[in-house]
Amino acid sequence: MAFADRATLTTGAVARAAVSCTHCGLEVPSGLVDDGATRQFCCTGCRTAYEILHEHGLDQYYRFGERREEAVRPSGRTYEEFDHDAFHALYVRRHPDGTAQVELYLEGVHCASCVWLVERVPLLLPGVGGAELDIRRSLARVVWDPSALPLSRVACMLDSLGYPPHPFRGVKRDEVRRHEDRAMLVRIGVAGAIAGNIMLAAFALYAGWMGGMEHEWQVFFRWLSLLLVTPALLWPGRVFFAGAWAALRTRTLHMDVPIALGLGVGYLQGAVNTMRDAGPIYFDGLALLIFLLLVGRYLQQRGQRAAADGAELLYSLTPSTARVADDTGAVREIPAEALLPGMTLDVRPGETLAADGVVTRGRSQIDAALLTGESRPASAAEGDVVYAGTVNLSAPLRVRVEQAGESSRVAKILQQVEESARRRAPVVETANRMAAWFVGAVLVLAGITFVIWEFRAPGTAVDNAIALLIVTCPCALALSTPLAVSMAIGRAARSGIFIKGGDAVESLARPGVVFLDKTGTITEGRTALVEWVGPAWVKPLVLALETDATHPVAAGFRDAWAGMPAPVVDDVRHVPGGGVTGRVDGHTVSVGSPRFVREHAPSDASVDALLGRLDTARTPVLVAVDGAVVGAAAFGDPVRADAGPAVGALRARGWEVRVLSGDAQAVVDAVGRALDLPRTACLGGASPEEKRRVVERAHGERSVVMVGDGVNDAAAMAAATVGVGVHGGAEACLATADVYLTRPGLDALVDLVRGAERTMHVIRRNLAFSLVYNVIGAGLAMAGRIDPLVAALLMPASSLTVVISSWQARTFGRRN
Amino acid sequence: MGVIYIVVPLALIVVAAAVWAFVWATNRGQFDDLDTPAVRVLTDDEGREKP
Repeated sequence: MAFADRATLTTGAVARAAVSCTHCGLEVPSGLVDDGATRQFCCTGCRTAYEILHEHGLDQYYRFGERREEAVRPSGRTYEEFDHDAFHALYVRRHPDGTAQVELYLEGVHCASCVWLVERVPLLLPGVGGAELDIRRSLARVVWDPSALPLSRVACMLDSLGYPPHPFRGVKRDEVRRHEDRAMLVRIGVAGAIAGNIMLAAFALYAGWMGGMEHEWQVFFRWLSLLLVTPALLWPGRVFFAGAWAALRTRTLHMDVPIALGLGVGYLQGAVNTMRDAGPIYFDGLALLIFLLLVGRYLQQRGQRAAADGAELLYSLTPSTARVADDTGAVREIPAEALLPGMTLDVRPGETLAADGVVTRGRSQIDAALLTGESRPASAAEGDVVYAGTVNLSAPLRVRVEQAGESSRVAKILQQVEESARRRAPVVETANRMAAWFVGAVLVLAGITFVIWEFRAPGTAVDNAIALLIVTCPCALALSTPLAVSMAIGRAARSGIFIKGGDAVESLARPGVVFLDKTGTITEGRTALVEWVGPAWVKPLVLALETDATHPVAAGFRDAWAGMPAPVVDDVRHVPGGGVTGRVDGHTVSVGSPRFVREHAPSDASVDALLGRLDTARTPVLVAVDGAVVGAAAFGDPVRADAGPAVGALRARGWEVRVLSGDAQAVVDAVGRALDLPRTACLGGASPEEKRRVVERAHGERSVVMVGDGVNDAAAMAAATVGVGVHGGAEACLATADVYLTRPGLDALVDLVRGAERTMHVIRRNLAFSLVYNVIGAGLAMAGRIDPLVAALLMPASSLTVVISSWQARTFGRRN
Repeated sequence: MGVIYIVVPLALIVVAAAVWAFVWATNRGQFDDLDTPAVRVLTDDEGREKP
């Protein structure tokens, strides 16, 4: 699609210094440069967007340091379905004051300037009460007055700024989750507040052990601690008891069981000791443990949710309504959820199909990139099967619905995405298990210490047990992993690598299998002239013919030979599916497919010789001048310059690199040869379902990484241990990716792997340090070498070391 | 030292107030979206009111 836009606008190929677009900052095609004008635009979309902003005095937008560098390409849809009753019944919530609210999923939202635009521009329409954007999920909440303004106007406005809206399908589930999230956050807050205050009381007690404290105050602070820890156990800590109880009733062993046991025993022992006014209390440790465990769970839940969210947003991209024709020929619009097999769909050009079905009338081109990744449109005629989520390009179609809703192919792929996301092994579980064992071990050791010293020197037994409890505080241990990971994620983001979860870092640090999608990942994803055989004097003649053509091949010639003067053409004739012919400088010139050119140069025998010299994985184009074939060109999707070195670097690190593509096997093999990969590592012609199966089969001991850019990769990316979305990828694919590279090319992938390795190194260093520290501390305390005050001073020292170690580590970033 | 009997309960009241405020803010949705306000605050100056 991108080629076509660019090509229609490029009218004269004259070389100039690069001019950047006033709106998006991209280079303006030379043919569109308006000499003398202060504002330049790369396309009409950007011009319209600029005019809207300028007219309403919103030029402030252009002062943002970070702006969206993407040409505005409005879809041109009317969004009339947004005004339908069926649409309103499904997605719009009415407020008592007459206003209505809708949640829209916007494509193309990236940065601060997007928030600014989306929240301000709709307000320009009379009747819009407010617009609020959640940038992480690209969801905009719009409140407006339906009696004053149809929603389609708002939708068109967003579309013309380059943010095509879709109704968000997961509103109900979202509501439930929001409540869950809030309850969790409240528990964390309460547990944190209680833990902090118990620590204060505990410090008073520790100081008292050391410097002497009147018995009265000791009793007071012990009772105070008991008073504080009780609500912590009953409110935020209840989840662990509830989980343990549920696990015991179903006779399974869950992580909550040892945690609940540790908490319960610690609390009862502490409470008894408080009442009989002797022996240690564990309350500060217990409260802190509840807090830390809850924080860990919260982070883990957010990571899993990001994956589920992705699938839901993906679903929002499929059409929400469909037009159905009945037997009399009358057409009415119904929500996509109400579609049934046997109904007849009326699909206009430019619309996305809402269900799988068979074409019953019409002949058109279908863009199935969403499902197959194939960028070239396929033709569809009567009797052909078409799928939901694909786009009808050229002519109206009638389609008999075969599969709708949940059973359509795209819905099944999305279900797979969600399923795979759920199955992923969460890392925090390991931390929880460790914490449970850790607490148990510490309590046992404290008990042993107390008993031993009770016999050896009764006066110091309590002191030594307390010192052990303090010095083995799990703070450093609990901090070591999340701190290193969050620091690394922050550094990675600054170098253009966005990592959604900590487990991705862990998996990427161990070499495994990496699957690379071809189009857009290894290659540049555009048609370009890769080989030319023929004399130089033919070039201007070809260029002259191709100047006004919209075909990708024409754009390829213009890009390759930019700056070359082109003579004037007469009598140009375009033959769709064949080529172009015309008179240039008195010569008859034909450019096109071998079959087409042979018709114009019938007697030439050198054609086969020329064709034989071209790579079979390319699209051949012949040039004939005055009835003789004089030149041949090969078009293809060129391999990125950095792909070879990047693949080499990955293999050097022990990764097995494979290519997994929906394109023809011959094309994939050619790319494999260019990257020096064995033939067995290159698989072409893979459907999205097959990609997923291949990725699943590769699972084993090793981690599997899938790198892709399209929806056709989404299921495979979700099934992989780590899914990586590359620069310029489809919205839906980015939503399911664990890692998103904003820098073009595969170079960023190498940086990602290297950074992950370094991060794991830091984590291991932190863990080793805190474990060694705790073991030594525990040993000294058991030997009676540390008193509680020294222990209280040593405790923060270990945490501080972990913080410094994580902070100074150069994990991600530019290589030196 | 008897002042501790006044100060500590006072501190507990302050803690209770802080916890209540946190619960109130959470239920009002103040922590639902932690990413957007961070970028919104940079741009919140002119032209926010309806023209």
